[in-house]
Amino acid sequence: MSAVATTTSAAAKTRRSRRFGAFSLLLVAVMGGAFTTTARGDTATFVLNDARGQLFDLPALVLPVVPTVIVLTIAVAAIAARQLTTGFGDRAVVMVGVASGLFVLAFLTWAAAGDALSVIGLLRGTVRASTPIAFGALCGVLCERAGVINIAIEGQFLAAAFAAAVFASMAGSPWVGLLGGIGAGALVAWMLAGLSIKFKADQIVVGVVLIVFATGVTSFLTTQILSGNPQLNTPSRFPTLEIPLLAEIPIVGPILFRQTILGFGMFVAVAWLHYALFETKWGLRLRSVGEHPKAADTVGIRVLATRYRAVLLGGVVAGIGGSWWTLDAVGQFSREMTGGRGFIALAAMLVGRYSPVGAFGAALLFGFADALATSLQLLGVPIPSTLLLTAPFVVTIIVVAGLVGRLRPPAANGQPYVKG
Amino acid sequence: MRLELRGITKRFPGVIANDAVDLVIEPGEVHGLLGENGAGKSTLMNILYGLYAADEGEILIDGQPVELREPDDAIAAGIGMVHQHFMLVPVFTVAENIVLGVEHTRRFGKLDRRRASREVGELAERSGLPVDPDALVEDLPVGIQQRVEILKALYRNAQTLILDEPTAVLTPQEADDLFEAIRAFTGEGRSVVFISHKLGEHRAIADRVSVLRRGRIVGTADPRETSEQELANLMVGRPVSLVVDKPPGSPADPAIEVRGLTVENAAGTVVVDEVSFDVRRGEILAIAGVEGNGQSPLVRALTGLQPIASGEVLIAGEPVAGRSRKQILRGGVGQVPEDRGRDGLVGEFSVAQNLILGRWDDEPFTKRQTLQFDVIGAHARQLVEAYDIRTPSVDTPAASLSGGNQQKVVVAREFDLPIDALVASQPTRGVDVGSIEYIHERIVEKRDEGTAVLIISSELDEVLALADRVAVMFHGRLVGPFEMPVAKEAIGSMMAGTDPELAMARGGER
Ligand SMILES: Nc1ncnc2c1ncn2[C@@H]1O[C@H](COP(=O)(O)OP(=O)(O)OP(=O)(O)O)[C@@H](O)[C@H]1O
Ligand SMILES: [Mg+2]
Repeated sequence: MSAVATTTSAAAKTRRSRRFGAFSLLLVAVMGGAFTTTARGDTATFVLNDARGQLFDLPALVLPVVPTVIVLTIAVAAIAARQLTTGFGDRAVVMVGVASGLFVLAFLTWAAAGDALSVIGLLRGTVRASTPIAFGALCGVLCERAGVINIAIEGQFLAAAFAAAVFASMAGSPWVGLLGGIGAGALVAWMLAGLSIKFKADQIVVGVVLIVFATGVTSFLTTQILSGNPQLNTPSRFPTLEIPLLAEIPIVGPILFRQTILGFGMFVAVAWLHYALFETKWGLRLRSVGEHPKAADTVGIRVLATRYRAVLLGGVVAGIGGSWWTLDAVGQFSREMTGGRGFIALAAMLVGRYSPVGAFGAALLFGFADALATSLQLLGVPIPSTLLLTAPFVVTIIVVAGLVGRLRPPAANGQPYVKG
Repeated sequence: MRLELRGITKRFPGVIANDAVDLVIEPGEVHGLLGENGAGKSTLMNILYGLYAADEGEILIDGQPVELREPDDAIAAGIGMVHQHFMLVPVFTVAENIVLGVEHTRRFGKLDRRRASREVGELAERSGLPVDPDALVEDLPVGIQQRVEILKALYRNAQTLILDEPTAVLTPQEADDLFEAIRAFTGEGRSVVFISHKLGEHRAIADRVSVLRRGRIVGTADPRETSEQELANLMVGRPVSLVVDKPPGSPADPAIEVRGLTVENAAGTVVVDEVSFDVRRGEILAIAGVEGNGQSPLVRALTGLQPIASGEVLIAGEPVAGRSRKQILRGGVGQVPEDRGRDGLVGEFSVAQNLILGRWDDEPFTKRQTLQFDVIGAHARQLVEAYDIRTPSVDTPAASLSGGNQQKVVVAREFDLPIDALVASQPTRGVDVGSIEYIHERIVEKRDEGTAVLIISSELDEVLALADRVAVMFHGRLVGPFEMPVAKEAIGSMMAGTDPELAMARGGER
């Protein structure tokens, strides 16, 4: 009767479709009610050019605010109607995404009313903000696919950001800083691995302890050492690189081909890990250990060693993600600067259903929420900035609660392996 | 390959699972291993497979001592094992499961899936164990999953194959197919260790049978020269009766009433189709059938675990629908679930705790919101004694008991209380003949106390031994019930879907 547990029943599907419909109606109400009446101008301008030049220029998109919002509202209303009646069957989740996307377009139109919004800036910001989240989510995927729950990504981030800052400052090279960050991420991973794989402690508790530990240690060292020795906290940052020609393509160029090494690294890491997990011998063994360690053991796979290595590799990946703060984004360490992105990375892993590419997609979504908050502040939208800063978390909650549905984690996730 | 075990001893806390065991597996033979639950069969085989380390003794292959510290070593030495509980990754394909650990790769460590698929397909064909290499294991019925397990060993070029209770989950037809494959395998000079509680199977397939009792080898017999009765006596160490002594019952009013019951699975498919029957107090109704014909959802609906699409179920006159599990159980329904590991026991709880599952907050086990451990312990010791549960102590975690003894824990708990109705699925799966005798006697006793007993079994012998009336389930529909006696052949052909009238007529002829 295992089929019962994994497939969604017809009744549950109807209920879900109704829930989605109610959500869409809420969007319609906001769009039709608030956006049409409170716009600060008649037209919204979307700038599609990058300030740094490109092969050829694109004209700016100028849209009449109220008609655009109304058209989008009607489209969402149509989706809502179908959701509340026959439903979309297998495409239900996709259609919620479409409705949400249309809502965001209407929201942008409203926000840019009487002003100009840089689309490139928004999308570049999305990729940038999603970089550490994607690295963190990849770390989570690696650990949990091997059967070890890692909620300590936030701790790995903080430790790595701190170490990267100090090492880069001392050596005067961001590359040395990156090595330091990787080392710190791996160190936290090593503690996680030792406590949960070898000593079989509860993995959630170990994770919480490691977060508290990393937060405490980095805060302490910051006040005790860094504040008195500013020369230890002036890391040189990675420069932005351009891929010649490709970076000149309008829209795509500045978004994808003008990055720091960490930005490019993210794309490589996602593609490589996805391939490695699902197409290679290494990945098959790693996943077998997370699904059915005893079965793996009986065919001669060393369960504990495989888990150790997966968690350590995860630590390396999370270390790169943590280094992003001090070697890429800010160029200085400050206490708790990672601001909960490690938890968002965890959510991205879940939303992406434990797959690297899926987690990357989710990271982009959360990165977009981040970038949007920044863009809106620049536009001077009448929403308090403190509220805007919560946007990534609000989006996380909505997506995780509403869309994830029933997940199927690796079967032995979180269970220590005892032989015999 | 000639395999020899010399003086193997293995101790677990509180038990000696193997006590100076000597055993020789000759090339080309099927060596049967017989023994009560907890006699140490699985432990001995796990030692041979490198999963457990023996405390004493040595293993020789073709006269040479070998060290088998890890399954890797055993595999390299040509030993393959199909475990009592399958060792397959449900979300992997058949081919992935089979090559796991010995994968062929292309550039960059890329799995050569095409080659795996092809090789597995060819191997399956050659060994007479057909299976789709690209199917997901979780989508396969257990019979096919077992083929995958065997293929896994064959793929590693096993010269000696250990099969730990391979037939416990098979239909009679599947078991015959398996025997066919075993014969083909040993025909090439390779050997098989075959563990089973079914004496008839040893007589059908084994060349020699060694009998283990409480960790010691107590005899080796030629199964063709030895009767089932003799084998059973040797195994248990006392005369066992293989037929239950069952006086005619005296049925009264119905305690289980099922009217037009229809159950759907999660996908909305009808899996139990308009089923109606009664079970009266003081009678045993046996529902026979090949597994997967709707028995599991039927039982789950009867005990309130699965919603009813239409129709109704009354137990002791009260509808089941709308009542909580606890109310149903407290209302006098005993249940032996088909998958004891999942639905019958909490593995990490002690035997004593498992024996009060569902009753833990009743007097005398709980007083003033506090568990009374001395009462619980005494209760457990009494049941362990009465049901002959082989365990080092009542504080041992249930998961470390042997399979058959786990089943006895469930049976002891459910039979201990006076109940109106008893629903037992595969009550003797994986249980040795001595214990089968015992459990069957208890079931008949329950009936005579005035309990309505419903047995769901795919084991024809069990159905014939217990039933006062018999019904057959096929594709979600119920055929019958019929008053016993019904010929064994008739039930068998109804299980295969033959029209009942035809089946009865044919069965009657024989
Ligand atoms: N991992 C373990 N820890 C402690 N005791 C164990 C463990 N495994 C087995 N035992 C004990 O060793 C004894 C032999 O168990 P084993 O599983 O070998 O029996 P078996 O002959 O295979 O029985 P069955 O027919 O019921 O499967 C039992 O008493 C059991 O409780
Ligand atoms: Mg066993």
